[in-house]
Amino acid sequence: MKQLDFTVRSNEKLNEQNHLIKITPTDHGPLPEMYPGQFVQVLVDTSPRIFLRRPVSINFVDNENNEIWLLIQIVGEGTRKICETPAGKTMNLIFPLGSSFTLPGKNGNFLLVGGGVGAAPMLFLGKKLREKGFSCDFLLGGRSQNDILQRSDFEQFGTLYCTTEDGSFGEKGFVTHHSVLQKKKYDFIYSCGPKPMMVAVARYAHHNGIGCEVSLENLMACGFGACLCCIEKTIRGNVCACTEGPVFNINELTWLD
Amino acid sequence: MARLEVQIGDLQLKNPVMTASGTFGYGTEYTDLIDLGRLGGIFVKGTTLEPRQGNDYPRMAETPSGMLNSVGLQNKGVDYFVEHIYPVIKAYDTHMIVNVSGSTVEDYVACAEKLAGLDKMPAIELNISCPNVKEGGMAFGTSCVSAAKVTRAVREVYPKTLIVKLSPNVTDITEIARAVEAEGADAVSLVNTFLGMAIDVESRRPKLSTITGGLSGPCIRPIAVRMVWQVFHAVKIPIIGMGGIASWQDAIEFILAGSAAVQVGTYNFIDPAVSVSIVDGIHDYLDRHHISAVSELVGNIDYL
Repeated sequence: MKQLDFTVRSNEKLNEQNHLIKITPTDHGPLPEMYPGQFVQVLVDTSPRIFLRRPVSINFVDNENNEIWLLIQIVGEGTRKICETPAGKTMNLIFPLGSSFTLPGKNGNFLLVGGGVGAAPMLFLGKKLREKGFSCDFLLGGRSQNDILQRSDFEQFGTLYCTTEDGSFGEKGFVTHHSVLQKKKYDFIYSCGPKPMMVAVARYAHHNGIGCEVSLENLMACGFGACLCCIEKTIRGNVCACTEGPVFNINELTWLD
Repeated sequence: MARLEVQIGDLQLKNPVMTASGTFGYGTEYTDLIDLGRLGGIFVKGTTLEPRQGNDYPRMAETPSGMLNSVGLQNKGVDYFVEHIYPVIKAYDTHMIVNVSGSTVEDYVACAEKLAGLDKMPAIELNISCPNVKEGGMAFGTSCVSAAKVTRAVREVYPKTLIVKLSPNVTDITEIARAVEAEGADAVSLVNTFLGMAIDVESRRPKLSTITGGLSGPCIRPIAVRMVWQVFHAVKIPIIGMGGIASWQDAIEFILAGSAAVQVGTYNFIDPAVSVSIVDGIHDYLDRHHISAVSELVGNIDYL
């Protein structure tokens, strides 16, 4: 973990709600090792209405260009301000933070499920699986086609399946209704997105005897275990989602009761 | 070169900048980010006799220039602290001070007794001001009688430097300060968080699981400065001031109001290195104003 200034290399507006921001260390130093599921704390500004840093998951690490990618959905004033940051501007980060998805020891059928902007870390996970010589399927869900982001990036690392609630892209419905789940037997499922979706995915995995990890997005202040605000109830009691998570095995959580 | 050393009870601080309990973990959380040896001291998180799970999620809400929290003293208990945490943090090159909380006077006393035996723990901060627990906590700090009672009981068993942390959620904070001074407190630290509340207007739900919580951050600073100034004129023991300190200017403001030393709290979350920059900033300020020691600045307001 370190605190470091980055320079925004590019800020691409993917649609009205979502931006892809690529950043590189201002001092041109090498990026530390980072793992999929980890996140960064972005200093937005210290104006009265945006007081705290904003946690953002690592979307991708581009080692060739020494860049971290941040996929950001505008949900409030803080994320709006981040999305207004132009190329060339500085962005202060505390990073990398939190736990990461467990990479499997041998090849198998892996499903990476993302909901909306929550799909962000799945791209980096897909890359890491590919580096190990493993393949994976992505299952992305959203309200409409505007929520299915970075399709061509995902397709580089695996087969892409999609659902939208309004049927505007892929199959209509929720991710847990996608037909691929009837056709293919998966060995492990990784998931990140809105909590109701992750709970549904966790229950699907549990009922079918499939191992599953989820990445939580609890509200947090510090991001490194000092404030004890982002706790998640686990079988071991309350733990910080920022240091013991954000990635948890579903068997550690109390969602399956 | 101005002198930054400060004396609080028997405690000799290398400088007046410390970090506030509940915002700095056990110091270990920050070792990647700053040199802890640069700090005057570290107040580690609220410790109770028995382990506590704290309150339910959500425990935090961002508010203008601040935040509400309702952590509720989540900690693993004093025995775990003594066995597992103390052996690690005693090596840090700064004063480690435990914030002690409880539900009953007996809890405070038992906890303080266990900590009194630790060589490298020169002081405790008695937390009679936590707004986020159902029993005890702030209840002790909002009446002179109970504040005096718990201070007296702990004073009997705790021979080292005893700091009492005051609640701002009172009509007259100077009465409480006088009451704990009379019972032998070596110093007072103020202020703890202000009781506050925030509501999500779309869902109409309170933003905290506990409905109310403690407000901290720069939004409380002017009220905290005023309370420090009032207490400075009411007691003779040193004051450790805090409440929204985010820069060296803020720290100097608290010192001018009457603080012998300060604690940096919530802003550690935003800039983990802020306390070290405050040490440097105070030093430069003293040199620039040709003041030879930070102690000369305490309460030294020019009213004209």
